[in-house]
Amino acid sequence: MTLLQTPAKAVAPPRPRASLRLRREALMGWGFAGPFVAVFGLVFLAPIGYALYLSLFRDRLIGGNSFVGLANYRQALTDPQFWEGLARVGLFLAVQVPVMLGIALLVALAIDSGRLYGTSFFRVAIFLPYAVPAVVASLMWGFIYGTRFGLVGNINDALGLTLPDPLSPSLVLASIGNIVTWEFVGYNMLIFYSALKVVPRSLYEAASIDGAGEWRIITAVKLPAIRGALVIATIFSIIGSFQLFNEPSILQKLAPNAITSDFTPNLYTYSLSFAGQQHNYAATVAIVMGVITAVIAYTVQLRGMRKA
Amino acid sequence: MTTNLADIPSNAADPAHRTPSARASRTTRTTGLRTPRRRPHTPLSPRRSVPLTLLTGLALVYALLPLIWLVINATKDEKGLLDSFGLWFGEDFTLWGNITRTLTYDDGVFVRWLLNTLLYVAAGAGGATLLAVLGGYALAKFSFPGRRAVFAVVIGAAAVPGTALAVPTFLMFSNLGLTNTPWAVIIPSLISPFGLYLMWVFASEAVPAELLEAARIDGSGELRTFFRIALPLLMPGIVTVLIFSMVATWNNYFLPLIMIKDPDWYPLTLGLNAWNSQAQTAGGDAVFDLIITGSLLTIVPIVVIFLLLQRYWQSGLAAGSVKE
Repeated sequence: MTLLQTPAKAVAPPRPRASLRLRREALMGWGFAGPFVAVFGLVFLAPIGYALYLSLFRDRLIGGNSFVGLANYRQALTDPQFWEGLARVGLFLAVQVPVMLGIALLVALAIDSGRLYGTSFFRVAIFLPYAVPAVVASLMWGFIYGTRFGLVGNINDALGLTLPDPLSPSLVLASIGNIVTWEFVGYNMLIFYSALKVVPRSLYEAASIDGAGEWRIITAVKLPAIRGALVIATIFSIIGSFQLFNEPSILQKLAPNAITSDFTPNLYTYSLSFAGQQHNYAATVAIVMGVITAVIAYTVQLRGMRKA
Repeated sequence: MTTNLADIPSNAADPAHRTPSARASRTTRTTGLRTPRRRPHTPLSPRRSVPLTLLTGLALVYALLPLIWLVINATKDEKGLLDSFGLWFGEDFTLWGNITRTLTYDDGVFVRWLLNTLLYVAAGAGGATLLAVLGGYALAKFSFPGRRAVFAVVIGAAAVPGTALAVPTFLMFSNLGLTNTPWAVIIPSLISPFGLYLMWVFASEAVPAELLEAARIDGSGELRTFFRIALPLLMPGIVTVLIFSMVATWNNYFLPLIMIKDPDWYPLTLGLNAWNSQAQTAGGDAVFDLIITGSLLTIVPIVVIFLLLQRYWQSGLAAGSVKE
């Protein structure tokens, strides 16, 4: 399957029509789609074009703006700060995304099974964190992690322990992973749950008549049926991981030693541009990052959609 | 998102190309909406299970615990925050005093941030939903030259990480003199590729071509047909897109962070972040109780909207959910 199949009957079957009618339809179609396309051009296409332009120039104090060809790209590809940030989000992705999607899938299967008491309460409550802004989520968890008036500090005092500090340099990535998981586990659960809801129940009945047990039905019927949703959620999560910015940016105030200004590629781009005024180089790093993200997302899409 | 667009049109006109599951789902739907049916009593939906409920309860505790922590700690003053247990109330219950202080601190700047946020949400999410509905309807119901190109470009561009566009968008807007104005936050919020996709799927399913054809034959104008016939059918999809856009604009942080320097135009998220920076700097006013209470006030409206409307968009999302 492809992610974007035209649903059946999207367009009426072609019939011989007067050319006048065709022209009218074209006009109406563009009339409805026009506003979106116009704004899209302004906020998507123009910036992409402008970023490409910026990446080919350099602004020097002496000599002003000059064309430098691919020099910015060479610099980016040999920039240790960029690669460290990329490796960090790569590690983050490898651990956090499977954990988050795994929990989301288990919860979605549990809710869909109809064996829970209070199904709809579960569904809404677990989705609730998605409505919480990243800023609030990070501040909240940041305080909870804190040793001053956080839960970690409370537990230490109460039990006389010294728990490892979640905001220390060695643990801060895992702590960020926990915040992101908390924010998005419910969102992914809902994607899976919505996909499970439209699987025809007759398939389960047929499978159970054939003697399949509960687990067999999950692995042989349910998971293949929601394959598309699994792939989409994976792609969204990958793009999200590569763009990691909000949580580390806010936690930076609480853990200035652990989170450096080049902690993730996005933080690096941000500090290059807005603290260092290196707009050309920042645009280049952003483009390289965008290309890497798109290539990986596309690979996942192709592999995921191949029939097993 | 990268997608294979090769077969968008291939199965559009020809029913023989319908995928099996599309056919299967036809049998369970009359329109694009599935009303939740009562499950038949098969061997597969048997008794409720206590162990499974307890196990899923772990996920529930994980989801709700930080929010409970937030509510409890919004009732404490500075002293209570420091010397009482995080998951239980302190000696003094100062929630109302905290709320008053939050709203009046620094000449009531929090209220100003709240109004800014409401403006950004109303204009940004409202506009994004409108554009997505019109665009999705056009893609689903009109065959116009360039239709496929529009779709390919929008989905292709959606694969570009939004933050990669941040720097050039900022520079463009600053050349246009738009930075530090509400426009800098509202205009980029107007485009939701996901919303467009959802509306396109939804309009294809929920608005039968025959109905539009009948309206045209009866001499109804295209706009009138859209408002009188298509719009009511599209409602669940519209509410879904509206919710997602509202959450996205209410929670937006990165975009205003780069576009807005003037605290008078901050949304709530930037305001809270500014208070946090102030509290963490030596010599700054330590307003931790205000940050916690302000955080609570920031999520209450969006959570209420969420709970009120969640019934509607369940069905919208199901129709827009990924189809095989």
